[in-house]
Amino acid sequence: MNKLKLIIKREYFAKVRNRTFIVMTFLSPLLMIGMIALVAFLTKSSIEKSTTVAYVDQSGLFSEQDFNDNKTIKFENLTDVDIEEAKIIVNESSHEGLLFIPKKDSIDQIANQIQFFSQESPGMVTISEIESIVERKLQSEKMQQLDIDLKKFESARVKVDINLINFSGEKSSKMMNGIKIGLGMGAGYIIMMFIIIYGAMVMRSVIEEKTSRIIEVIISSVKPFELMMGKILGTAAAGLTQFFIWVILMFIIFMISSFVFGFDVSANMNTSQMTAEQLEILAQNDTQFILTEILNLPFLSMFFYFILYFLLGYLLYSSIYAAIGAAVDNETDTQQFMLPVMMPLMIGVYVGFATVINDPHGVIATTFSMIPFTSPIVMLMRIPFGVPWWQIAISLFLLLITFLIVVWIAAKIYRVGILMYGKKVNYKELYKWLKY
Amino acid sequence: MENILVAENIDKNFGDFKALNNISIQVPKESIFGLLGPNGAGKTTFIRIINQITMPDKGNIIFDGNKLQPNDVHYIGYLPEERGLYKRMKVGEQALYLAQLKGMSKSEAKKRLKYWFDKFEIGAWWNKKVEELSKGMAQKVQFIITVLHQPKLLIFDEPFSGFDPINANLIKEEILNLKKEGSSIIFSTHRMESVEELCEHIALIHEANKVLDGKLIDIKKEFKTNTFEVGLQVDNKEDTLNKLKERFNVSNATFKSLEDDLKLNIKLSNGETSTDLIKYLNSRSIINHYVEVIPTANDIFIQAVKQNSKII
Repeated sequence: MNKLKLIIKREYFAKVRNRTFIVMTFLSPLLMIGMIALVAFLTKSSIEKSTTVAYVDQSGLFSEQDFNDNKTIKFENLTDVDIEEAKIIVNESSHEGLLFIPKKDSIDQIANQIQFFSQESPGMVTISEIESIVERKLQSEKMQQLDIDLKKFESARVKVDINLINFSGEKSSKMMNGIKIGLGMGAGYIIMMFIIIYGAMVMRSVIEEKTSRIIEVIISSVKPFELMMGKILGTAAAGLTQFFIWVILMFIIFMISSFVFGFDVSANMNTSQMTAEQLEILAQNDTQFILTEILNLPFLSMFFYFILYFLLGYLLYSSIYAAIGAAVDNETDTQQFMLPVMMPLMIGVYVGFATVINDPHGVIATTFSMIPFTSPIVMLMRIPFGVPWWQIAISLFLLLITFLIVVWIAAKIYRVGILMYGKKVNYKELYKWLKY
Repeated sequence: MENILVAENIDKNFGDFKALNNISIQVPKESIFGLLGPNGAGKTTFIRIINQITMPDKGNIIFDGNKLQPNDVHYIGYLPEERGLYKRMKVGEQALYLAQLKGMSKSEAKKRLKYWFDKFEIGAWWNKKVEELSKGMAQKVQFIITVLHQPKLLIFDEPFSGFDPINANLIKEEILNLKKEGSSIIFSTHRMESVEELCEHIALIHEANKVLDGKLIDIKKEFKTNTFEVGLQVDNKEDTLNKLKERFNVSNATFKSLEDDLKLNIKLSNGETSTDLIKYLNSRSIINHYVEVIPTANDIFIQAVKQNSKII
């Protein structure tokens, strides 16, 4: 036991004192914040960039008030000009395009024959905005024709926003669903990244001991299994250290930025995830409700399960990584073994992205959150939506059992592999080692 | 004499490959034991079994009177042939770590390390990273790490490789010192002159089998061929040679001498003694050089390996 502690300590400090580790730990959050800021900035500036659209209205139904300039689109009236001439003018200008409303007998005909000329395909946002302007106008025109009272019609409109409540009485909303999806996906993705990064770290460290030939000196003092476990646990400790530092840094950065920019930050962060409709809801008195709901999210249990699933998932995968490291002489030889390791991780992430969003408790999502090789990722994605405790228990139990089996096999391969040099290893060879 | 290590009928297979076949060896206390054999004979496997790196399929190891136990690694020091250190770790830190893995306390390890670093005059290396050291320097550090915990049994696998003659000599002196202080040493090498110089006992392993073991002197006696190397001063070399050939088994010899001698190796047949030969030669020539040909460790090695290869 005492030796295991020594090994863990050495591995931990070897990782933590590494310059790359220090740089990554403190730079990553800044990079991430920078990325978010950049994306926010770009979206904002592209939204704020206004385009000019010219229009020729031969129907005479529209007035200049209908084509009011707004934030994104400015309108130019070219009705006085002939359509062919207008095309030339627009083509030579930097206008986005030319909207042509022909003169027809009925409104329905007009609606079907409106055209938009442009050099390049116009932006979706622009078109849908123009469509909604034209639609609104034509609709009201038609209602007048049909003798429908506009005011009555307006007041007859009903807005429905279904409130999502689960059977234990917790209220939810569509936006909350979005947040939960974001949270779950984020956590699952981070787990995958951590497993890959730190698993590869274990592997490299095993290879290093092999190539520097210190391995035989060490295992004449300790058992190979102790060395392997010490390496895995020491690296896990380094990983958790990094994670905790990130959480703390994120928290500090968030506090500072929300203090400096005021409400603006949170508003910006929200717009990227929400549609205009949801913003409307937010603007109404639901704000309070949503805020309390965010605070009601099971952050603590999420955090707890994150650590738990990260550790177990990492232990499972890193023992495989350690065995791979032991089996080869240098990093380039690891390629052939990497696919079976990466595959389940990838499947986990993609299955998670594809199924959990639509149906967090469906058969596929539930199954993959039980299968040990994908469960750390998929289960973590499901947890924000509320998973029955027995499912988590089964999933954790299966994960633990698999880990024990895998680590037993990995240790056997490791024990033989670390003393093998200059041998091209394949799966058949590895199978033979199990019997040595 | 008591034995520090007794191996009893050790078998080891790797899949279909037989690495060790029924090996039994006794390593006496406070002596240097040469473990010899061609490449791939199974020496390293045997050494790894002593170090409990690999487990034997069959057989027992008795260490210092008791069956070998996991904790016995604390009483064994092993310098493997394939050796290295963590390149990016500092020398002192690394030495402390490896010493602690051998069961020493940190303070004890520090004290002993200081003694050895002073002795080898390498105290200035303490805070250097291993990658900054030359190969020879790193070997010195490794030697210190091997002997630091004052093990009862030391196992050196090619200890002199990577050392210049001066440092090789320093290490040799230290090995002899350690023996004097009561350590028992297993010494595996291909350099037969150092076997000649250091080992009292040897065992020769060839193709998984032990083909030879015992005291080096006894083995030499066993391998001697009753041959004498002579340098004779005669008037007519040809005539003398022909006459000698009629009576003895004669071949040419090469050695340095002052006179223009007839240089021969003369092998006596059974029943004839050295006295007979001297009497015979003395009556026909002036004997300038007369010495019994003692088989060297090198000769024994080659002969034993050749003989046993034929059988298999």
